[in-house]
Amino acid sequence: MSGRTSSFRAFHAILAKDLRVELRTLQSVPAMVLFAVTTFVLFRFGLDRGALSGSLAAGVLLATVLFAAILAINRLFVAERDEGGFDSIRLAPVDGTALGAAKAVALVVYLVVLEAIVLPVFAVFFLDSWTGLAPLAGVLVLADLGLAATGVLVSSIAANSRARDLLVPLVLLPLLVPVMIAAAGAAERLLAAGGPSYGGIGKWLAILALYDVTFLLVGYAVYDFLLED
Amino acid sequence: MNVPSLRAQAAATVAVLATGFVLVFFYAPLDAEGFIQKIFYLHVPLAICSLAGFVVAGIHAIRHLRSGDPVHDARSYVCIHLSVIFGVGVLLTGSIWARAEWGKWWVWDEPTLVSFLIVFLLYATYYPLRYAIEDRERQARYASVFAITAGVFVPLNFVAVRLAQPLIHPRTFSSAGGLPGSMLFTFLVCLAGMVLLWLSLVRFELAAKSASAKLSRLRRALEGQAYAPRRTASRTAPGVPSRAASASWMSDPTTPRR
Repeated sequence: MSGRTSSFRAFHAILAKDLRVELRTLQSVPAMVLFAVTTFVLFRFGLDRGALSGSLAAGVLLATVLFAAILAINRLFVAERDEGGFDSIRLAPVDGTALGAAKAVALVVYLVVLEAIVLPVFAVFFLDSWTGLAPLAGVLVLADLGLAATGVLVSSIAANSRARDLLVPLVLLPLLVPVMIAAAGAAERLLAAGGPSYGGIGKWLAILALYDVTFLLVGYAVYDFLLED
Repeated sequence: MNVPSLRAQAAATVAVLATGFVLVFFYAPLDAEGFIQKIFYLHVPLAICSLAGFVVAGIHAIRHLRSGDPVHDARSYVCIHLSVIFGVGVLLTGSIWARAEWGKWWVWDEPTLVSFLIVFLLYATYYPLRYAIEDRERQARYASVFAITAGVFVPLNFVAVRLAQPLIHPRTFSSAGGLPGSMLFTFLVCLAGMVLLWLSLVRFELAAKSASAKLSRLRRALEGQAYAPRRTASRTAPGVPSRAASASWMSDPTTPRR
């Protein structure tokens, strides 16, 4: 069992390192928040409507969160690459999957913080009624897990290639289409004009959960091969 | 395994495909949609081959990661390559059919079209991803990771998009029970021909890749003989593959026997 405990300790150490670095340098999350708020302002003027509801509101919110997430995913492995983190992980006697898992959890934390700040802003800018926000937060957490599972894979691939910043959005956007469809399907009902309706929402949550589980398993199975050299 | 030679397989492909198209035009009855429905015999087999090819590429990628054998990476690459080309055919024939049937080249609220387009776009990023990585061995590994992830994505994406919208695209297999026997038979012949075509093209491309790898190996050996001292030249002689050549992902046992 020592192998398992050592990878868990490695996971814990990398995650703590990442969160501490983020707290001290404030590189990713403030940029994501700023980006999201600016995008909302753009939508506010671009759409020129007093209030949004239904599929339009869901689309504005999810597209903004998705693009803000890409900012963080692009930066996820920059430090590992520039400061030799990848080489240290390869040299250390720990499972490479610990690095992937720690990065995925760190990304989920960033996204949850982002949404905690940005969701009220979204509500102030666009919504008449706030009743759907609490269940919407749950939908967003499920979407975050999917974003993190595929984001970590694509980000590790991109970090070791020539066309880094180009590759992440290029490969990630088509991979995230099911997440966006399912999250938008659920959010559309929660942000409906006459207050949230819960009919048919279970189907979307099931797809989100299926996506999350599938890609977390795929990531667990293949992540080690991205580090081997 | 006893595999038929590439030439025999190519001849069989031509024969089956030609039989299929003869059946399409002279045997299969016209249905309510009229003549345009005949494109179904081309469109659906293309789509099935293309999607199955993506999944096969994922399986080869798994074998590559498990064994580290570059042959499986070459197969995975060629499968994706041909499936993307078949995918272009699917989108074109589908658009022609949609234009005749619905009056528009493309219908955005139709899940089958949209999900195929998303899969196609995802696999189109395989090339920039693969060639953005310089190191050969790492390139192969990362390409395999992509092929596995995307291979899992193909069925998942279809489930998600299909649930999102009502269907107007005709369901081939849910309606297959209602398909007249003559049409089903024609369809199956066309499908068999298309599968053979896909397999032959895969083998053909693999053979071409291995031949061009052999050629460049020979050329390097010749240059070595011309410019280098004798001892180095004998080390890179064609009979004894150099380390670089044996690591090449082109060295492939499916080369046609002569």
